Amino acid sequence: MKFDEIRNQAIAEREAWQHSEKPRILVGTATCGRAAGATVVLEAIDRELSRLGIEAIVTQVGCIGLCYAEPIVDIIKPNRPRVSYGNVTPEIISQLIEDYLVNDNPRPDLALGTIGEEGVNGIPKLFELPMLKPQVRISSHNCGHIDPTDIKQYIANDGYSGFIKALAMTPAKVIEEVKKSGLRGRGGAGFPTGQKWEFCQRSPGEDKYLICNADEGDPGAFMNRSQLESDPHAVLEGMLIGAYAIGTTRGYIYCRAEYPLAIERLKLALEQMREYGLLGDNILDSGFSFDIEIKEGAGAFVCGEETALMASIEGKRGMPRSRPPFPATSGLWGKPTNINNVGTLADVAAILQKGGEWYSSFGSETSKGTKIFSLAGKVVRTGLIEVAMGIPLGNIINDIGGGIIGGKRFKAVLTGGPSGGCLPADMINLPVDYENLANAGSIMGSGGMLIADEDTCMVDMARFFLSFVQNESCGKCVPCRIGTRQMLNIMERITQGEGQHGDIERLEQLAPLIKSTSLCALGQTAPNPVLTTIRYFRDEYVAHIDEKRCPALVCKKLIAYYILPDKCEGCMICKRNCPSQAIAGDRRMVHVIDQEKCTQCGTCFEMCPERFGAVVKVSGQKIAVPSEPIPVTKSQGR
Amino acid sequence: MSERLSEILTPYRGQRGALIPVLQKVQEELGYLPEEAITEIAIFLGLGKSEVYGVASFYAQFRFERQGEHVVKVCQGTACYVQGAQRILETVEEELHLAPGQTTTDDYKFSVEKVACFGCCALAPVMVVDNAVNAKMTIENTKKILAKYR
Repeated sequence: MKFDEIRNQAIAEREAWQHSEKPRILVGTATCGRAAGATVVLEAIDRELSRLGIEAIVTQVGCIGLCYAEPIVDIIKPNRPRVSYGNVTPEIISQLIEDYLVNDNPRPDLALGTIGEEGVNGIPKLFELPMLKPQVRISSHNCGHIDPTDIKQYIANDGYSGFIKALAMTPAKVIEEVKKSGLRGRGGAGFPTGQKWEFCQRSPGEDKYLICNADEGDPGAFMNRSQLESDPHAVLEGMLIGAYAIGTTRGYIYCRAEYPLAIERLKLALEQMREYGLLGDNILDSGFSFDIEIKEGAGAFVCGEETALMASIEGKRGMPRSRPPFPATSGLWGKPTNINNVGTLADVAAILQKGGEWYSSFGSETSKGTKIFSLAGKVVRTGLIEVAMGIPLGNIINDIGGGIIGGKRFKAVLTGGPSGGCLPADMINLPVDYENLANAGSIMGSGGMLIADEDTCMVDMARFFLSFVQNESCGKCVPCRIGTRQMLNIMERITQGEGQHGDIERLEQLAPLIKSTSLCALGQTAPNPVLTTIRYFRDEYVAHIDEKRCPALVCKKLIAYYILPDKCEGCMICKRNCPSQAIAGDRRMVHVIDQEKCTQCGTCFEMCPERFGAVVKVSGQKIAVPSEPIPVTKSQGR
Repeated sequence: MSERLSEILTPYRGQRGALIPVLQKVQEELGYLPEEAITEIAIFLGLGKSEVYGVASFYAQFRFERQGEHVVKVCQGTACYVQGAQRILETVEEELHLAPGQTTTDDYKFSVEKVACFGCCALAPVMVVDNAVNAKMTIENTKKILAKYR
């Protein structure tokens, strides 16, 4: 079948679906949705529909990025706008189906918003809401809207039209188009993609490889997972375009094994591509052949580094090697190889579909286009967001993210994961792009953004990242293997209240050494979190070292819990739940924590009923409490 | 063992770079990588036993000891960490009566793993039991979820 015919058929099917007489229900069932309970919601939908005898089309879609509102269900009644509902439970959906589908009440109280031109009284437009309005959705434009297991839905939305255009161009012209877009690598380093392709294309040799890096290792970033689960074909189209431009017949997707659903969706997507002649020999009778194989990672952070990734595909220990030679001249099996991140490839598909110039109209001077960030941590609206490069940090955190949970104080944002850095609250106006983040001491990285509030200890955070990187250091080069260990030893003693005078200076001396002498980016960026926290939160280090105090009340060795005698009602909840049997007390007796036995686990603090609030957490101070249980003297009248 | 292994291994004959997929497949079938399996894989692929073990021990995914019936994976990623994942891990270890360093219960009912990130950061802290992802964990519901598998 010619591609035009496939496309017309796909569009006809979509039209039929859109103008169906039956109501349509879309359920977001990416991993986030499932974790939040989308599977049981799906079961409840089936049950309720059959109970009421309603015929409806139920479609599973990917993730629209509003993770905080998962599970999300959209209902589209014939000739009515699409209404999105968040935080749906089996009870809510059963009620909704009856209220909306039977009694025509769209339940504005439960709705997030409507999608599309038309509106519904009392329900806002979803994309006009603060979390979506500032977003520019390019590579994520299909996510949450189409069924990722159906290639035709992708094709009907202009999918693979970028590849078709590329086929009609010379490879050099395709590279030119990508260069024109200004696209830079979305995996973190930000190297211009067009240029990278050109290096590989010009490299002599028949056998070349194209690898899609889906080894999203930054613990705190999940945009690649979501992209692969929600719209895998965008990435695969990008691979086809890249392969054609570079002149390669063989491609790999290196995906983390921790993403089983992404792998499942990719496998299915590849099958469907084959079925429609978009993969294999002589694709769409163009004479261009290309095939893709999925390689599952095996749990090693360093394999996100390109030379380590290739070693892993070759079946070896995933250890990086020094460059040059660069992969473009000698990569996988010694052949010219080009590696791009999932996000880069998804952007490539959009660039060829709509043009390089169009893409470069978004973004800042040096960082063109859009980037997906994952917003997690202490922010009200967590999720995945796609924004134009150069957007001020404050817009992301306050407008899109809705500010800090519980009205607490915003303290810092950690960008770029364990290789990145912490930016303090006063940098809220910083435009987010490659250069500005680097100048501030952090990196763009894969786009993870973790928001920290006043309850986050920056010293402990830096220690956490360092311990992660230390653990993942492959051990090949000395600066990384031993240097990060030394830094971690110092960070551990600081957070355990054994920090010594001069530790900050020792860290400041070690860090640049490790950065400048490590073999690969893992070691070269490992000291960033420590360096940026020292730069912006030096006072916290000083409090830990000199005053043996953790201002954020996080570092266990530096905090203590006390039960306030004038608040304790003697209810025994804390005593029963203490895993160390460190609490003495009886019914109607003021409880007392044995500070020797206490492991600072915080269970009592968490368990003490809110109306009493008798357990307090302090650092660097002692609170006068009875040495043993005494009777609760008066009823506190609560 | 040998027959079952050769069944797993045969499709990979002559494939370059097949070591990691082979290890993954064997672990999927056997639950872990016993020493005999390492030996057989080495012979099959024409590699040294040390080479096979060297690769297997490099990657966090591979295990060399028998696993429990249910695998509890507690995410220790950044987002989970700031939302209290450490406490969830401690609760799991307390509930399952695991000694420090012990990862599988004496009755082989549960194994506990620390995992870097599941990519469900917006729903932190996360705990995965077998393949079910549990979001926004608290001490209370950790106990409840574990009880379901006992």
